[in-house]
Amino acid sequence: MIDCVENRLLTSRRGLLLGGAAFAAWAYLPKFARAADGRDPRLVVVILRGALDGLATVAPIGDPDYAGLHGSIALTADGAHAATRLDGFFALHPAMPEFARMYRDQHAAVIHAVSTPYRDRSHFDGQDVLESGYAGPGRVQSGWLNRALEALPRGERVSSGLAVGPTTPLVLRGAAPTVGWAPVALPQADDDTAMRLVDLYRHRDPALGSALTQGLQLEKAASGDDMKPKPGNQAAQMRQVARGAAKLMAADDGPRIAALAFDGWDTHANEGGPVGRLAFLLGGLDSALAEFESGLGDRWRDTIVVVATEFGRTARINGTDGTDHGTGTIALLAGGAVKGGRVISDWPGLKPANLYEGRDLKPTTDLRSVIKGVLQGQFGLSDQVLAQTVFPDSASARPMKGLVA
Amino acid sequence: MARDSQAALVALNRFGFGPRGGASGDLVNAASDPRGFVKAELARPLGALLEAPGLQSTPQLAQAVFAYQDEVKQAREAAKAAAPTEAPVPQPANQKSENQLRRNLSLNTVASEISGQQMAEAKAADNKSADGAMKPEAMQPNAAAAPAAKQPLNVIQKTFRTEALARLQRAMLVDCGFTERLVVFWSNHFCISASKGELARMWAGAFEREAIRPHVLGRFADMLKAVEQHPAMLFFLDNQQSLGPDSRAGQNRKRGLNENLAREIMELHTLGVGGGYTQGDVTSLARIITGWTFAGRKGQLGAPGSFAFNANAHQPGPQLLLGRTYEANGLAQGEAALADIARHPSTANFIATKFVRHFVADDPPPALVARLRDVFVRTDGDLKALATALIDSDEAWKAPLTKMRSPYDFLVASGRLLARVPEDPGFYLGSLNLLGQPLWTPAGPNGFPDTAAAWAAPEGMKLRLDIASQMGARLGPNIDPLDLLEFAAADAASVETRRTIERAESRQQALALLLMSPEIQRR
Repeated sequence: MIDCVENRLLTSRRGLLLGGAAFAAWAYLPKFARAADGRDPRLVVVILRGALDGLATVAPIGDPDYAGLHGSIALTADGAHAATRLDGFFALHPAMPEFARMYRDQHAAVIHAVSTPYRDRSHFDGQDVLESGYAGPGRVQSGWLNRALEALPRGERVSSGLAVGPTTPLVLRGAAPTVGWAPVALPQADDDTAMRLVDLYRHRDPALGSALTQGLQLEKAASGDDMKPKPGNQAAQMRQVARGAAKLMAADDGPRIAALAFDGWDTHANEGGPVGRLAFLLGGLDSALAEFESGLGDRWRDTIVVVATEFGRTARINGTDGTDHGTGTIALLAGGAVKGGRVISDWPGLKPANLYEGRDLKPTTDLRSVIKGVLQGQFGLSDQVLAQTVFPDSASARPMKGLVA
Repeated sequence: MARDSQAALVALNRFGFGPRGGASGDLVNAASDPRGFVKAELARPLGALLEAPGLQSTPQLAQAVFAYQDEVKQAREAAKAAAPTEAPVPQPANQKSENQLRRNLSLNTVASEISGQQMAEAKAADNKSADGAMKPEAMQPNAAAAPAAKQPLNVIQKTFRTEALARLQRAMLVDCGFTERLVVFWSNHFCISASKGELARMWAGAFEREAIRPHVLGRFADMLKAVEQHPAMLFFLDNQQSLGPDSRAGQNRKRGLNENLAREIMELHTLGVGGGYTQGDVTSLARIITGWTFAGRKGQLGAPGSFAFNANAHQPGPQLLLGRTYEANGLAQGEAALADIARHPSTANFIATKFVRHFVADDPPPALVARLRDVFVRTDGDLKALATALIDSDEAWKAPLTKMRSPYDFLVASGRLLARVPEDPGFYLGSLNLLGQPLWTPAGPNGFPDTAAAWAAPEGMKLRLDIASQMGARLGPNIDPLDLLEFAAADAASVETRRTIERAESRQQALALLLMSPEIQRR
């Protein structure tokens, strides 16, 4: 006899790979609305792991040096897959029609040439800085979003943060209460990880490489995998995650603050331009934003989604039609509470002399200022709390004004 | 002595369960004296024994199964009598746990809508238990947690999990793991399958603790006797049903021999196929061990669940086996036969070959096999001497690391590297099922395969990657992948592996890639 737990696993092996879900009795029930103006603000932080190519997502097509640097993958304002013009200078990747619509409706904004204080090129350290809110990497076990949560008057507004995914991202870890949720069907091994492993095996262990390659092909054949969104692929996962999180946040007693991470943005090779790998991922992100919008319903009015990444990518494409680890990139804001329809940027230019270390878009805006501006606008956190507690030692990065409608 | 990271890899991975992460210093210790590091475990003769709260003896476990079976039967009969046409009575414990979950959170309802799944299984997780979710034991996903939350485990399931957990915890905690690897090797050599029935599932862990562990550094003949007289083996290979055709029981019940155990003793446990025995020898041995059984629930032959020799079922008369006559002296007849088979040259050869294949290479170097065979013969099957000779051989240190970790080895090595001691075996049991090596449940009496080809299969590799990714997703945020690479291989890591990990786009991905790297997968 096989006991029922294991038997069930045998009959549905894929079942084991599915993510976990977790709920808690709320440690503190949030008060439903802000007394002063009746708003009930919500904040979603989306972290794109792998360092998004900001120049490929919101392209400075008005910059005379852009097309040359980004070469074969540069976006253009015309042609078969034309980028969407945001203003006279910037254009949005065509895989993001929903964001473009929100932008037109003034419910989305772009901050360009932005960066955390981190200036090196390690994903791990870069993500540490982005999420911990400290000026340098270090193994701090709390994140700025959690500390922001902690700084809110307990029991008055938002109290429990929602961590979406199999683990709580560092940005939301800390002393303030959080709850976790992950969609049940969240396959774990993504194509990018598999590709890297196949590459390692090709160099070090061809036998394992061939076995794994065959295994991956079998799976693809079984699921009929291609680049179209469907249950299981990365784009579909993003949408599914967003749909679930939005529904939880839309509830009257639901969480007001959530954090989630999307992987796969490390586009070293075959990044693609208006179509291809990055386009596929951006499409997923775009539909996730739309899911938040529709899922939050009336609450979308009071919501801001912040999309940020650990750093950007090189301005010039590399020898494999991709980009390497860089510095300056973009942050995106979406939501009914965004004072949008703008690309906010102190544009540094892409002339060789203007690039950071001769390689990267030079950051001219501190990402902390953007986030502080959002936190202040949404939740009224003071300059002092933001500069000392939420982002320690960040007084020089003043909260950006006027981001919230 | 100079540090030798390459030899440390061999010490820890070929002989042991891999280095532990954290502050263990395993790799450094192994690098300073690789052979001494492995041998240190052999100096603790009782180190293989496993005692933990809740682990019971085979007779105690048998009584628990019998009691459980009685309860089930009574409940069924009571239900039938009360409402012959109704559905089965609901179990009160289920309702209780469901109520608790319902109370938990109004969002449960929302969540079930979202997922379309039974979210009643959703578990509470405040910050504290979110930390808990970082541990592998909590990696047990919903699919596995679901039925557990719904239906309380019965005594058999509980026992299986308790035994599994004790074994896993031991494997995580030991310094090198060589002795535990020996336990796993011999347990697989003398395997039973927990899928045989309720008793087998109940006894699987006890069988290993009682028949294998006391002897892994003792004598082969003692292990052989302990195994073949263990109720779990007698049940697994049906010897309790085998009756001497001319015995009193055989005559009364008009039933006779079952050759199953006798055949596997010679084919799989000792001489090996082609080891020089005939069908006649199989039949003879089957007759010789008739009456080897265990006492049943009524306890007529002794304490229920204990080994018993049933003289009434034993085939009378002397028997000719492998050219030698064994006099009719009851239980002693079979014990004498086993003792001789244990020191047969074919046995020495078969064991030496299997031993070298397991630890060194799928195609065992003949010179090393010959040397171990001689040690086995010269020491009358001293398994500690066999293990020592293996460690002392140059082949074991120089052969390239081409063996593939079995799923069990892979999961244990991963858990060790991540410095996690499970408090629940669920993740491991589920993963072992997925990867085709369900704990104590091989498909046949020949045990799980022991070659790279068996485990480096396409589907298996893909599933390993899925599991490694799952571990990465759960545990990655809390680890520094480069630190972990130092614990795993230090400067013995290949440039490509190091680069792959350095360049991963997240800690989660880096951990998955590290766990899948040749440095971890090969041993």
